[in-house]
Amino acid sequence: MTDAAPTQARLTQERLKKRYASEARFKTYGRLAIIIALSFLVLLIGRIVIQGIGTFTTNTVTLQVYLDPAKVDPAALEGVNYDYMIGLALLKKMGETEDEYGTNSGEAMDLVSRDLGFQLLNRLKADKSLIGKTVSVTGPMKADADLYYKGELKRATPESDRKLNNRQLDWLDRLKKDGAVTGGFNVAFFTHGDSTEPEQAGVLGAVIGSALMLIVTALIAVPMGVLAAVWLEEFAPKNRWTDIIEVNINNLAAVPSIVYGLLGLAVFINWLGMPRGAPITGGVVLALMALPTIIIATRSALKAVPPSIREAALGVGASRTQTVFHHVLPQAMPGVMTGTILSLAHALGETAPLLMIGMIAFNPGIPEGFTSSASVLPVQVFIWENASERAFHERTAAAIIVLLAFMIVMNAAAVILRRRFERRW
Amino acid sequence: MTVLIALALLVAFSGGVYFMGRRRAVALAGGSSVSLHSLPGYHGTWVALWAGAPAALILIAFALFGGRLEDAALRADVPAAVAQLPGERQEVFWSDAHALAAGVTTSEVTWEGPAKAALTEKAAEARRLNVIGLVVTLALAGVLALCGFLLAFPRLSRDFRARNRVEGWTGVLLILCSTLAVMTTLGIVLSLVWESLRFFHAVSPAAFLFGTEWNPQIAMRSDQVAAEGAFGAVPLFAGTFLVMLIAMAVAAPVGLFSAIYLSEYAGRTTRSVVKPLLEILAGVPTVVYGFFAALTVGPTFRAFFNWVGAQLAGGPMDTLGQYLMTVQNQMALTAGVVMGIMLIPFVSSLSDDIINAVPQTLRDGSYAMGATKSETVKRVILPGALPGVVAALLLAVSRAIGETMIVTMAAGLQAKLTANPLETVTTVTVQIVTLLTGDQEFDSPKTLAAFGLGLTLFVVTLALNIFALGIVRKYREQYD
Amino acid sequence: MTVQPPLIKTAAPHAMSAAPVDPTKITVRDVNVFYGEKQALDGVSIDIPGKAVTAFIGPSGCGKSTFLRCINRMNDTIPGARVEGRIEIDGENVNDKSVDPVILRSKVGMVFQKPNPFPKTIFENVAYGPRIHGLSSSKAELEGIVEASLKKAGLWGEVSDRLHQPGTGLSGGQQQRLVIARAIAVQPEVILMDEPCSALDPIATARIEELIDDLRQQYCIVIVTHSMAQAARVSQRTAFFHMGKLIEHGSTEEIFQNPREPRTQDYITGRTG
Repeated sequence: MTDAAPTQARLTQERLKKRYASEARFKTYGRLAIIIALSFLVLLIGRIVIQGIGTFTTNTVTLQVYLDPAKVDPAALEGVNYDYMIGLALLKKMGETEDEYGTNSGEAMDLVSRDLGFQLLNRLKADKSLIGKTVSVTGPMKADADLYYKGELKRATPESDRKLNNRQLDWLDRLKKDGAVTGGFNVAFFTHGDSTEPEQAGVLGAVIGSALMLIVTALIAVPMGVLAAVWLEEFAPKNRWTDIIEVNINNLAAVPSIVYGLLGLAVFINWLGMPRGAPITGGVVLALMALPTIIIATRSALKAVPPSIREAALGVGASRTQTVFHHVLPQAMPGVMTGTILSLAHALGETAPLLMIGMIAFNPGIPEGFTSSASVLPVQVFIWENASERAFHERTAAAIIVLLAFMIVMNAAAVILRRRFERRW
Repeated sequence: MTVLIALALLVAFSGGVYFMGRRRAVALAGGSSVSLHSLPGYHGTWVALWAGAPAALILIAFALFGGRLEDAALRADVPAAVAQLPGERQEVFWSDAHALAAGVTTSEVTWEGPAKAALTEKAAEARRLNVIGLVVTLALAGVLALCGFLLAFPRLSRDFRARNRVEGWTGVLLILCSTLAVMTTLGIVLSLVWESLRFFHAVSPAAFLFGTEWNPQIAMRSDQVAAEGAFGAVPLFAGTFLVMLIAMAVAAPVGLFSAIYLSEYAGRTTRSVVKPLLEILAGVPTVVYGFFAALTVGPTFRAFFNWVGAQLAGGPMDTLGQYLMTVQNQMALTAGVVMGIMLIPFVSSLSDDIINAVPQTLRDGSYAMGATKSETVKRVILPGALPGVVAALLLAVSRAIGETMIVTMAAGLQAKLTANPLETVTTVTVQIVTLLTGDQEFDSPKTLAAFGLGLTLFVVTLALNIFALGIVRKYREQYD
Repeated sequence: MTVQPPLIKTAAPHAMSAAPVDPTKITVRDVNVFYGEKQALDGVSIDIPGKAVTAFIGPSGCGKSTFLRCINRMNDTIPGARVEGRIEIDGENVNDKSVDPVILRSKVGMVFQKPNPFPKTIFENVAYGPRIHGLSSSKAELEGIVEASLKKAGLWGEVSDRLHQPGTGLSGGQQQRLVIARAIAVQPEVILMDEPCSALDPIATARIEELIDDLRQQYCIVIVTHSMAQAARVSQRTAFFHMGKLIEHGSTEEIFQNPREPRTQDYITGRTG
C-alpha cells in the first residue's frame, strides 16, 4: 500500500494538470465567445458610421448665372431649361464655351444639382424683372461630384470606369480652388424628404412618418396592453382559460413580424379598407405586434409588487379596483414604462410588416397626415439600399445612424427611468 | 376628420356632464360628501360614461365600417355600362367613383361614352351617400348622448352605489382589452387560413408542399387559371433551412459560451459592462443587419472566395477554383452568418436565464466534491439545464425561420434546391415580400401564394414556439 | 496530503461519549472571517480529533456554518469573503498557497442541509467524484467503488435494483444518504455535515444518526447542528459558538453536564437561544 502511495500521488498530479488545462481551455472559449460577439458589434456599428458620416457634410457651389432673355419666356417659365443656363455659367467660369454638339454644357450640367434650376424658377416666378440679369445662385453639387470631393471617386480609377471624365475632375478642382465650392453641414439631409437625386434626398419625410406611426402605435398598444395585463394579473380567475390565454400571449410575442404584416394586409387593408401605406395602418399593425410584449412586461412589473401592498390597501377598506389603480399600478409604473418604451423602440425599427401594407412606394415630400401615404425610417433605409447610385449607399448609412440615434435615446430613457424609480423590496 | 371633431365635442359634453353629476351628488347629500355612499367623482363619472360611451361607440363604428357600408350601397345598383366591363376594370371604376367624390386624383384610365356618364352619376351618388351616412351617424350619436344623460342623471341619489357601477364599467373595459389582445391570434389564423384556402383552390396543397419548382408566374389576364406557374415550395423550404443552419452554427456556440462565461466566470463589473453591450446588439433593427450584410459582408466574402479561387485555378483543384471565382455577393452564407450574429444575444440571454435557474446548492455540491468550474458546468449544470438550453435553441431557430429583412437584402430571389452555402438561394419570407410588393392585383394566385407561404410559416413557428415554451415552463416548475 | 487506508472496524459499542478518540486531525488557530466589512468569526481556536464526531452548536447566525465552510475552503466561492488564521489538517495549512482547493475538497467531504443530489442517476451521483478525480481505471472498478460507498452509507439494500433511476426520485432521507455515499466515494479523511437532518423527518434522522455513528470509526466528522439533543446523542466532542466567537469546547459530557461558561449554561438550559 505504501508503495502505491507515491505512484498514486504522481498520477493524481498529472491528472490534476490535465484537469486544470481543460479548465483553462474552457474559460478561454468563454472569453473568446464574448470577444467575438463584441467585435461583431464594433464592426457593425463602426462600418456603418464610417460609411455614413460623410453624408453629414456636403459641398455647395455658387455660380453667377446669366438669365438670357432669348432663352427665358416670361409667359412659360416652367418650360425653360434652367440647367442649360447653369451649365453655360459654369463653362464661362472655366473659361470655356459651348461646342456644337453640346457636350461641354452636358458635362458641366453633370456636376451641378438640378436644385439650382428649381431655385431659379422660383425666384423668377416671384420676380420676373430678373430676366436679362445675372443672378447668384447657391446649391449642392451633384452626387458624383460630391463623391469626388469626398475621395470616393478617384482619379486613379481608369477614366472609362468612372462616372466623371478627367476634364470634369479638373473643373471640380478649379472650382474648389477658386472658392466657388465650399463644404458645410448637410442641412438638406434633415430638411428634405426622399428624392430621386441623391444629393437632394433627405430623411425628414421618413422621420415624420415614423413619428406619426409611433404615436398611433403608442395610443393603441399602451393603454390596451397595460389594461389587459392588469385584468389578467389582478382580476382574472386562475383557471384553465386564463392559462390558455397566457400561453397564447407568449406565443404571439414570438410570431414572426411578417405574419402581422399579412394580417394587416388581409384584415385592415382589404376587409376594413384602411389606406395603404399610411401611418395609421402601419400604426395599427405595429400596435398588434407590440401588444404581447407590453402585456408580458406589465405583468412582470405587477407580479414584482409585493402582496403586502395589496393586503394593506384592502385592509383599510379599498375596493379591489381601487387597490389596483391607486396602489399596485403606480408602484409597478417604472417597470411598465421601461417595458413600454422598449417595445416602442423595437416597433420603430420594424420593416417587414410595413412592406406588406404598402409602405414601399416612393414618397417625396412630407406626409400630410395620418391617412396619407408615408414612409418610415427603416423602410427608407430599405428603399435606398436597393438604389444603384453609389451616393445612396452613403445616405442609407446616414439614415441608419439617425435611426440608431433615436433608438439609443429611447433605450437610454428606459434605462434611466428604471434606475431612477426602481425600488428594492 | 368630421368624426374627430364630433368625438372631441362628445368628450367636452361628457366632461360637462361629469361636473354636473358631481355637483348634483354633493347637493343630494345635503352639501357634504361624507354621507354619500361613493365619492362625488364616481357619481359624475357614472353619468358621464352613460352620456359618452354609447355615442362614442357609434362614431368609432362609423369611422371603421362606414366606408364599407357606403361602398356596398353604391354597388347595389350596377349601371349597364359597367356590368359589361371585365372584372378588374370594374374595380377601377368603383375606386374612381370614390376618388371623384372625395376630390382626390383618379386613375389614369380615360372613360368614354356611357361609362363616363355612369361614372359622374355614381360619383354624385357616392357624395350623397357620404353626406347621408355622416348626418345619420352624427344624429344618432347626439341622440344617444342626450338620452344617456337624461336617463342616468335622475338615478343619482345619496345611497346610489356609484363607485360599484363605475368599477363595473372598468371591469368591462379591462375584459374588452384582454379579449382584443387574444383576438389577434384568432385574426391571424382566420385571415391566413381564409386567404390560403382561396390559394389552395388554384394550387393543390400537395403540389405546394411537395413541388420542387418555384416559378410564380401566371398569365396577365385574370380569368386564366394559374396553370402555367409552378408553386412548389420545396426550394423555399430548403433555402430557409440552409440559412437557418448556418445562422445557428454561428449563434449557438457563441451565444451559449458567452452565457456560460457571464454567469459562471465573469465578475460583477465584467457582467455589468458586457450584458448591456450585448443588449445593444439585440436592439439593432434587422434592416440594419441587412444593410451590413448586403454592402459589407457580401462583397467581403465574395472577394475572399474569388481570391481563393484565383489561387486554386490552374492547379490541381482547378474546377473548384474556377467555381469560386464565379461566386456572387448574394449567397446563403452571407445571410446565414449575419443572421447568426443577430441571434447571438438572443441565445445568450435565454441561456443565461436558464443557467441561472439552476440552484446554487447543486453548484455547491459539485465544488464540495473537488470539481473544477468547467467540470461543474460540463457535468452538472449543463446536463441539468439541457432541456432549457434546447428550448432556447428552438426559439432561436424559430426566429431564424421567420426573419425577413436580412435575407431579403442579402440572399437572393432564385429558388434553388441546394445545400451549397455559396449559392444564391431564396427563402419563404423573401418570397412573401416579393410576391406582395409588386403591382399585383390582390386576388391573383400569385399574391395569394404569399398567404399560403405565410400560413406555413405561422404553423411551423407556432409549433416550435409552443414546444419550446412548454419545455421552459416545465423546467422552471421543476426547480421551484 | 496522503491517502489513508481504511481501518478495520472495531467492535466498540454504541456508547457515545465513552469511545476512544484519535489524536488531533484538524488544528485551528486564531481564525477570523470577514464578509466584506462584516466580521462573521472572531479569533476561533480549537483542536478537532480524528475518527470521532465533533459537534458545533449555538444559536442561528453565530458563525458555525461559516466556520465549517472554512475547513474545506468553500468560502472561496463567495465573492467578498476573507479568511485569516491557520487551519491545519494533518499539519498542513489549508489556506496555504500551495494547497489546491480541488484536491483539498476531495479529502474533505461535505453534506449540506438540504439534500442536493445531482439531476443524474443514482449510480452517476456516486460515480461523479471518482470519475473526475480519476480514482478508477475500469468500469468494474468504478462499479465496485459505487457499491462499497452505497453499502457504507446504508443505502445499497434499497437501491441496488434501481441504480439507473434518477437520484431525485428518492425520499428525503434516502437522498441525504445518497449524498453521504457520494462524499464517501472519493475516500475522504474528513466529512463535514452542515445540519444534515434539519430537512428530514424523525425516522430518517434516526437512521442518519446511526450512520454517523458507524462512519466515525473511519472518518473525522464535524457536524453543525441546531439540535442539542442530537449533539448529545451523536458527538464525542462539542463546541459552543455565539456571535462569531467560540465560547467553549470540550467533551460532550462535560459541555452538557458541567459547562464552565455562563453563556454555555444559558444556551444549554434554554434560557437563551
